[in-house]
Amino acid sequence: MGEFRMPSLGADMDAGTLVEWLKQPGDRVKRGDIVAVVETQKGAIEVDIFEEGVIERWLVEPGTTVPVGTPLALIAGAQPATAAVSAEVPATVAPTPAPPAPPSVIPPFAPRTEVGRLRVSPAARRLAAERGVGLDQLTGSGPGGAILYTDIERAAAGAAPRPAAPKRLDFAEMRRAIAAAMARSKREIPHYYLSTTIELTRSLAWLQETNATRPPAQRLLLAALLLKAVALALGEAPELNGFFTAEGFQPGAGIHIGTAIAIRGGGLVAPAIRDADKLSLEELMAQLRDLVARARSGALRSSELSDPTITVTNLGERSVETVFGVIYPPQVALVGFGMPVERPWAVSGEVIARRVLTATLAADHRASDGHRGALFLADIDHKLQSPETL
Amino acid sequence: MTRDDVAAVLIDELGRIAPETDASRLDPNAELRDELDIDSMDFLNLVTALSERLKIDIPETDYPRLATFDHAVDYLVQRLGVAA
Repeated sequence: MGEFRMPSLGADMDAGTLVEWLKQPGDRVKRGDIVAVVETQKGAIEVDIFEEGVIERWLVEPGTTVPVGTPLALIAGAQPATAAVSAEVPATVAPTPAPPAPPSVIPPFAPRTEVGRLRVSPAARRLAAERGVGLDQLTGSGPGGAILYTDIERAAAGAAPRPAAPKRLDFAEMRRAIAAAMARSKREIPHYYLSTTIELTRSLAWLQETNATRPPAQRLLLAALLLKAVALALGEAPELNGFFTAEGFQPGAGIHIGTAIAIRGGGLVAPAIRDADKLSLEELMAQLRDLVARARSGALRSSELSDPTITVTNLGERSVETVFGVIYPPQVALVGFGMPVERPWAVSGEVIARRVLTATLAADHRASDGHRGALFLADIDHKLQSPETL
Repeated sequence: MTRDDVAAVLIDELGRIAPETDASRLDPNAELRDELDIDSMDFLNLVTALSERLKIDIPETDYPRLATFDHAVDYLVQRLGVAA
């Protein structure tokens, strides 16, 4: 018997609210299936499962907020050892001191209501508000006539579809979460910083030529080339790809690049592009597009937030030349790309105008040293000089 | 399709990219990137949406002509062959 638990989606998360079950007791699940939706400081996240088995029963009902690690469901036929999260997520990434355990651990299944009032779970109430479903006209199918999430869905499906309201993120919560993770990073990680200037002429010319024959939907951005160059260079620099835990440095099981995406209105998330070293530029670009869209609409998956083995930020894209990164624990490195700018550049004794970009590395001295970091940055540069090989 | 129609399409698509802003109240001469805080991914999505919706090609080399709202409308009108 295994347990499906509230996942930790990064060092900055200590609790989450179960919004919805997407599988029912009796359903067979396999690794990668999306089982539930959880509300966190990073918006609503789809939680996928890392084991196989049959859902025996739920332990937590929608609308309940529980600490990270709380069992959410029992999975029959699963190995207990694999019940937590993916192997790449160190179990020791204990979120900052756990919050006080909620009374009796798990509130019993019952929509939180009062006698004489409508019995509606918070998740259902929220969905009703989003979909414009009036609660008064509904007959609930839950215990004691409680209105369930599925009742709202059914009612909404019958009603004229309304465009989905933009996801409302709690920016104050997100800021608090970022603050906690960054404070831990600055407190615990002995950062070292390196910087290099990369000439972009070849990469930009190759991009222009490639994009000239493509419709906009298939065009590539420079970001795709940068991510691929980082992914390939990481193959030679395993000390920069992974996690630092109580047991020391653990190399990542793959190259999963957390891509920093700014959220309109403030805050950011850095979901993973998994196995980025194995993706073609087209696949990488498609994933990047998809991730940006879902990050901004609040529809990321739990594994995307817990998987990254390194983070890349393109923060400087159009405003600053140099990024001085703060590592996102328990990762051990962050690569920052600044804005491409035209600068005087010396080639064979001549000074000419060239487009260049500053690439920086912030890395954890407990896992690597500057020599390794320097080779890594030089390798990224080298790869961007042969864009056709990326 | 009139010039006003083209402007309406552009306002609609900008609204999708920057839902929290009122694209109809933009300074027509300000840089869209600054005005709406859009990055290269947003801009590519805008170009993709406009080219699919208006059924025109927007080559990458023409991107600078979409820098401000007014210039973008001028450009789209020209690509569509609409009488201004």
